[in-house]
Amino acid sequence: MASANNSTTAEHLMWKGGIQPMKVGYGKLMMWIFLLSDTFTFSALLVSYGLVRFSFPTFEGLRKNFEFSNAWWPIPERVFEAVPFLHGISAPLVFVGIMTFILIMSSVTMVLAVEAGHRRDKADVEKYMLWTILGGIAFLSSQAWEWGHFIHGTEEGLTLANGTKVFGANLVQNQYGPPAFADFFFFITGFHGTHVLSGVVLNVLVFYNASNGIYEKRGHYEMVEKVGLYWHFVDLVWVFVFTFFYLV
Amino acid sequence: MAAAAHADVHANEHDHAHEHHELSFIRKYIFSEDHKVIAKQYLISGIIWALIGGFLSLVFRLQLGFPGIDLGWLKPILGERWFDEAGKLDPNYYIALVTMHGTIMVFFVLTAGLSGTFSNFLIPLQVGARDMASGFINMLSYWFFFLSSVIMFASLFVHDGPAGGGWVVYPPLSALPDAAPGSGTGMTMWLVSMAIFIVSSLLGSVNYVTTVINLRTRGMTFDKMPLTIWAFTFTAILGILSFPVLFSAALLLIFDRSFGTSFYLSDIYINGQALPNQGGSPILFQHLFWFLGHPEVYIVILPALGMTSEIIATNSRKPIFGYRAMIFSMLGIMFLAFIVWAHHMFMTGMNPFLGSVFMLLTLIIAVPSAVKAFNYITTMWRGNIVFTPAMLFSIGLVSFFVSGGVTGIILGNSALDIQLHDTYFVVAHFHLVMGSAAFFGMVAGVYHWFPKMFGRMMNATLGYIHFWITFAGVYVVFFPQHYLGIAGFPRRYYSYTGFDFTNKYQDLAELSTIAAIVVFAANIIFLFNFFYSMFWGKKATANPWRSNTLEWTTPVNPGHGNWEGEIPAVYRWPYDYSKPGAAEDFIPQNIPFSATPESNLEDENEQIKEEKEIEGIKFNYNIPD
Repeated sequence: MASANNSTTAEHLMWKGGIQPMKVGYGKLMMWIFLLSDTFTFSALLVSYGLVRFSFPTFEGLRKNFEFSNAWWPIPERVFEAVPFLHGISAPLVFVGIMTFILIMSSVTMVLAVEAGHRRDKADVEKYMLWTILGGIAFLSSQAWEWGHFIHGTEEGLTLANGTKVFGANLVQNQYGPPAFADFFFFITGFHGTHVLSGVVLNVLVFYNASNGIYEKRGHYEMVEKVGLYWHFVDLVWVFVFTFFYLV
Repeated sequence: MAAAAHADVHANEHDHAHEHHELSFIRKYIFSEDHKVIAKQYLISGIIWALIGGFLSLVFRLQLGFPGIDLGWLKPILGERWFDEAGKLDPNYYIALVTMHGTIMVFFVLTAGLSGTFSNFLIPLQVGARDMASGFINMLSYWFFFLSSVIMFASLFVHDGPAGGGWVVYPPLSALPDAAPGSGTGMTMWLVSMAIFIVSSLLGSVNYVTTVINLRTRGMTFDKMPLTIWAFTFTAILGILSFPVLFSAALLLIFDRSFGTSFYLSDIYINGQALPNQGGSPILFQHLFWFLGHPEVYIVILPALGMTSEIIATNSRKPIFGYRAMIFSMLGIMFLAFIVWAHHMFMTGMNPFLGSVFMLLTLIIAVPSAVKAFNYITTMWRGNIVFTPAMLFSIGLVSFFVSGGVTGIILGNSALDIQLHDTYFVVAHFHLVMGSAAFFGMVAGVYHWFPKMFGRMMNATLGYIHFWITFAGVYVVFFPQHYLGIAGFPRRYYSYTGFDFTNKYQDLAELSTIAAIVVFAANIIFLFNFFYSMFWGKKATANPWRSNTLEWTTPVNPGHGNWEGEIPAVYRWPYDYSKPGAAEDFIPQNIPFSATPESNLEDENEQIKEEKEIEGIKFNYNIPD
């Protein structure tokens, strides 16, 4: 922020104590450190996913001959190829692409909100926070549909070796492949979704405070920036989740 | 600055204009945001947990030393159902006791009780801050810990007993409620409690690091920080980066237990029935667990080592030997802590080549550890040693750290580990190097900083009695266990008399048990000393140990905000003891070089011209928090 730079302390004294050496308040420092910690939470989950995923065989044949089976890991673009209102049309990864685009756009509007906060432009902060909240809700709703479709399954289902038919996926069974695939899918996208949900709640709080002029009175919009850091982090994590579950 | 040193008790006078009103009892002592009160809350909680954890260990030690002994008199405390008519301990309950002893001691006593107490108490006082960066988050941290404590405590009394299967809670045992009594409700509560504990630890650690970065007083550069602060900072970083991995592991385990997933489960039969779970890996849990579990042992020992550095330098009346070497060895230990976890898993069928990589990394830890041990010894070498109880306990720590560390080199060898894995040799090793050493560090810290906490001195004679019994006792408890381990006796077993080859070691087990009872009794003396001195101890002076660090420049009973008037600036490192030419054998950090021309070194005379500049540094209140 512009006001942060008007310190009387010379540059060579910044690390001599008595002043914030990195020119940031404790709140933003804490957010950065928390995000570092959360990185390890997600890394642990993604590494676990990788370990289990590579303990299963991949489908050996040609891609066009691919069939779902509990014996090998599925090809993601064959699992996620449905789009709402377009029943029966195969559109691999189109819907998740739209979801990802929405989430990344909400990061862009978050940047704009932070920038408006630097200018202390209350109206713009409100506008862009609202767009960000909207993006977050749109992402969560899309994910709910994606989950719903995944849980519901296809009409054909999967016939197991013992003759029973399995429709859709849950934490115990999975028509698209080994149950472990569904377990990790639900757990990791769910854990990420919980992060997005708390992000949306935080965004709503910030939006509420901003429109009530609390930050205007306080003289700075630091809270927008802190919540913004969290929101970008959640986006970044999605990029990895997306890569691991949909692309690899 | 000197005025502050012998200022009187003005607990409620400070320069925060908006806080001149008296806080209510609840805000002052219960939901307090003051780091000193929170530290004392952690300390008292830690002491209560240590009593519980110690008591549990006595129960199972009695069974080990005297198999089948009548423990029926414990029925009113632990419940009827864990003892048969003859008063014999139930084997399932035995393993639950071992599990809870480990969990309580590692997490609730030596993590929360140690870091929680001394990081909270000393960081603001030694870096020269009025409080933690965020008092509110600090308070939250304690109350999350309290909540997790309540759940863990309650789990001791649930119908099917507390969690069993060891403090490492390996699946599949822990993942299948039907597998054993200790895998039922108790295990669920264990996992929930630990998840909350991790939140608490995270909130605390985030606060410690930000406080050290942002709130050091004028002149407190990183190379003038006491080694305690370095140790607490490294500990906090370890916690921030390793606890979340346990969090993930625990969440996945909760899903396996309660929602039918198979993250850790595959190919399992219970009572001849195949379970549907396929595709998971129990080894995966071990990797995740030990990614926390190994750093955890350094979370436990580093604060103790940091406090020991401070206490040994003060009481040897000599500068710490190798200040920078101490920092870099702690940094090295911290870094290595993250890449050695698989040495706990040599016996899981891992690739021997991978085992040798982890073995190499593990053995490298001996280097920084030895640097530290030798630095302690060389600090004491030819010093004017003052044998306060705190000093004795610090020396005891060094002794345990060395004798337990040496067996670490043995265990770190993957070939030797084939014989020693999961035997009493391991138990003896970690109880010395991490358990007893960290415990001694904690006790040393209590003796040393008691005057600052409560404004009174602890009784030294009782301290000496406490030290000698505990010090000798700990060796008597754990030394025989090395032999039991080499003979091949496995840990976590209900009785030594199960096999012919272990029968002849029963006398060693008895010795261990008797010594454990004596050590426990000696710590009752400590408890008495602690609570008695809190109210009736000799009044302390502002700087009873003639120490250099900033906390001794506060009033005897520092009020909210710690210093009356301005926070002192810092000009020198904290280890100017017995400096040639100086009138006194200590020069506190807040004495400028311009005031001590008789003892300054050449480069210190150079620093005199910077003094005005440093005093003029102003905290930038324009930076928003």
